[in-house]
Amino acid sequence: MLKKKGVITDGLWIRCDACKGLVYKKAMEERLDVCPECNHHFRISARRRIEITLDKGSFEELWADMHPADPIEFKDRISYSERTAQEQKKTGLNEAAVVGLGSIEGKKIVFGVTDSNFIMGSMGSVMGEKIARAAEKAAETGLPLIIISGSGGGARMQEGMFSLMQMAKTNATISRLHDAGGTFISILTDPTMGGVMASYASQGDIIIAEPGALIGFAGPRVIQQTIKKTLPPDFQSAEFLLEHGFLDMIVSRQDMKKELSRIIDYLNGPAVENATEETVN
Amino acid sequence: MKEIPQHLQARSGVNAVSSADRAAYNPRNNADPADAQQDAPLSADLSPYDIVKLARHPLRPMTSDYINLMFDDFMELHGDRRFGDDKAIITGFARLGQNRVMLIGQQKGKNTRERILCNFGMPNPEGYRKALLKMKLAERLKLPIVTLIDTPGANPDIGAEERGQAYAIAENIYQMIGLKTPIVNVVIGEGGSGGALGIGVGDRFAIMEYAYCSVISPEGCAAILWKDASHAPLAAEALKLTAKELLRLEIVDDIIPEPPGAAHTSPREAAATLKKALQRYLKEVTDTPLDILLDKRYGKYRRMGKFFEQQPQQAE
Repeated sequence: MLKKKGVITDGLWIRCDACKGLVYKKAMEERLDVCPECNHHFRISARRRIEITLDKGSFEELWADMHPADPIEFKDRISYSERTAQEQKKTGLNEAAVVGLGSIEGKKIVFGVTDSNFIMGSMGSVMGEKIARAAEKAAETGLPLIIISGSGGGARMQEGMFSLMQMAKTNATISRLHDAGGTFISILTDPTMGGVMASYASQGDIIIAEPGALIGFAGPRVIQQTIKKTLPPDFQSAEFLLEHGFLDMIVSRQDMKKELSRIIDYLNGPAVENATEETVN
Repeated sequence: MKEIPQHLQARSGVNAVSSADRAAYNPRNNADPADAQQDAPLSADLSPYDIVKLARHPLRPMTSDYINLMFDDFMELHGDRRFGDDKAIITGFARLGQNRVMLIGQQKGKNTRERILCNFGMPNPEGYRKALLKMKLAERLKLPIVTLIDTPGANPDIGAEERGQAYAIAENIYQMIGLKTPIVNVVIGEGGSGGALGIGVGDRFAIMEYAYCSVISPEGCAAILWKDASHAPLAAEALKLTAKELLRLEIVDDIIPEPPGAAHTSPREAAATLKKALQRYLKEVTDTPLDILLDKRYGKYRRMGKFFEQQPQQAE
């Protein structure tokens, strides 16, 4: 449970799950958890994501104390409250989503990230509410909204229909953000699936993915079991989505901050040079 | 394959099921011969999984049946103008008594051939896009929208992913939140996850007595959390997916009663009750000024969810 998927830690060396090569841990960290050999982008925590995306010390978390309730008193082999307690201990997070204010190369933004280590980054009431409030914050302040999703779990089943309704809630607030003239940049990382992908994550004005990220609606295993056919290579990968017209761009982790900065600059800039001058026909 | 499916032809439907078909299915549990009497009133102690089985019952009335039994007129409108015409979602102009409405309904198919054509009620992206196109038309024509939800879920398939299933569902949800016409949603059978929500956002959310609505199928949930799909009955219990639970949790606004032996034992009676309920909802929503209705709709979804603002005091 504690082992990060795809990474075997053995002191100074790490084995890359994608190319199976042994990689010097420090080199990997310097490359922001991207394999120097094969460019595989490892899943990273919300904290790490904040650290590598935002200006140092700029992140001011909002609604940090929000905790999951147990609205349907869900119990499988363990109760939902036991599960959330375990996940909180494991990740050091209160919930799968972390949102707040921050800056990218000095430009202020409203920022959110979902962590696939916390119940697969699935969306329950807390994540839904945090995304909704982040969207409202962006609408109110006029700052761009950037959310980096890493949510393989989709809508969180342990909160039953409340989770499904978060899809409507998050989309409702994104639509109000758009009505207010705001911009939402949605960044999809490995993995972003199900109810998260079928709600706010696909409603970005600009949609960016990390290379190789698994993105889609139904999980590949479910599809395979249903149709009993081999799935095409690269199926549901970021590259597959780009090819099918569902992404604006794929940006590697090392370039993400720079690229986001460039986009914000572009969006913040005047539409016409010397906008104060009279337009000549 | 371009032949018109039977359910789309006028006034087919309800009685098209052979008696052999009828005998093959028991409303409760095929394994229990003691339950063979299918018109008998259902006992009060049905388990949530019994209800799931009733909701999936092959003889349960479907959108096409309600079209025949409930609407005074129906003109089907096809196609999403982008890719195709998904048979898993029927859309068209309908008359419900005095009301002109846009009907959007998921359709599973009434026999093997139809079920295959309808992909067992699992819509593809073009189905959601068709639904959205017709709902936009309804908005322009100031027609209220009635959606009948009955799907195990959106189609898990290669083509569906290639054509952006997640995007199609998200777009519908996004648009329905702000659509400037009243929307009434009723779960008539299975309300399967995102596939249901893709036509399930609006001003009234009702469910029929033996329908269910869930974030994941009980089988899927059991396979993930119990590592064994055969624990579906436990999962069905845990997911609180029955009409009664959903009303208690204030996810649905109303439960529409069914005949004593469930809707399939008397489709006519089920349709009559559904019709009355729809007329009541339509009156309520059309009597409300549109701006107030839209604020209420937004507010309803904005408030959805339960959480603690702060770390709760631990009992232990």
